[in-house]
Amino acid sequence: MTPTASVPTGFDESALVAQAKAGDQNAFAELVNRYERKIYRLAKNITRNDEDAEDVLQDAFLKAYTHLDNFKGDSKFYTWIVRIAVNEALMRLRKRKTDRSVPLDEPVELGEETVQREIAVWEDNPEQQYSQEEWRKILDEAVDSLKPDFRTVFVLRDIEELSTEETAETLGISVPAVKSRLLRARLALRERLTRQFKRKGENLLGYL
Amino acid sequence: MVTCKQFLQELNAYLDDTVDPETKQHWQAHVDECPNCFVIVDTTKKTLQVYKGIEPQTLPDDVRTRLWQALEKKMAAKKQPQV
Repeated sequence: MTPTASVPTGFDESALVAQAKAGDQNAFAELVNRYERKIYRLAKNITRNDEDAEDVLQDAFLKAYTHLDNFKGDSKFYTWIVRIAVNEALMRLRKRKTDRSVPLDEPVELGEETVQREIAVWEDNPEQQYSQEEWRKILDEAVDSLKPDFRTVFVLRDIEELSTEETAETLGISVPAVKSRLLRARLALRERLTRQFKRKGENLLGYL
Repeated sequence: MVTCKQFLQELNAYLDDTVDPETKQHWQAHVDECPNCFVIVDTTKKTLQVYKGIEPQTLPDDVRTRLWQALEKKMAAKKQPQV
């Protein structure tokens, strides 16, 4: 078995999954090859911690291997492995909650409270003002500032591109809960990035 | 008449285009005449674009090596007849 084994593109994944279920270890290895980077990104985005992300990555694939018989093939293999990884990540997040303070940026309230919103247009192509490393840091810190409940929904919907229903099922929450958390997550990120990227020197208060 | 608050509650449906054309038209009319909501729509769209545009996290070599070591150990323990 080699980690770099590859399969021709266009190869039907359900055949690969069937082979893996029948005990073909190369087939399972190929599935790991396909998704290891995405699962690591997901784990990192939810836990925001290198050590936890590595544990999540390993445990997710080891559990998938052990419980492959339980995978019925009615969803995509990717959705199944994402669900396992999210559960592992949330478990670690809860464990850490006691010894790590979760940064809470001012939440965007959509209730009756007065909302202090940053309303300003952005500089054109803000990414050109930063090195790749700085750019990534800005985006990471913004995601970091979201409360875990909002961050997880944002990561699944807008980074991993799961549907609203898949996200609800993965997290064991209702569809309306996914929708309201996603709205708050998006608005909070918008707010934060706007403070960073707003066009300088223009007074937009005239609009208000 | 759609108010800003009503519109913002439905911002995702507007951005993700999950509404019927008639409702969308109502909301569009609000966006077209409300500079604040116009800016919020524009900057929220850009926010989503910047996150979609980032490269997937690279998997560090040592992390990947340890993942495969753990998998190989597990697979060896399972000892399936067909390999």
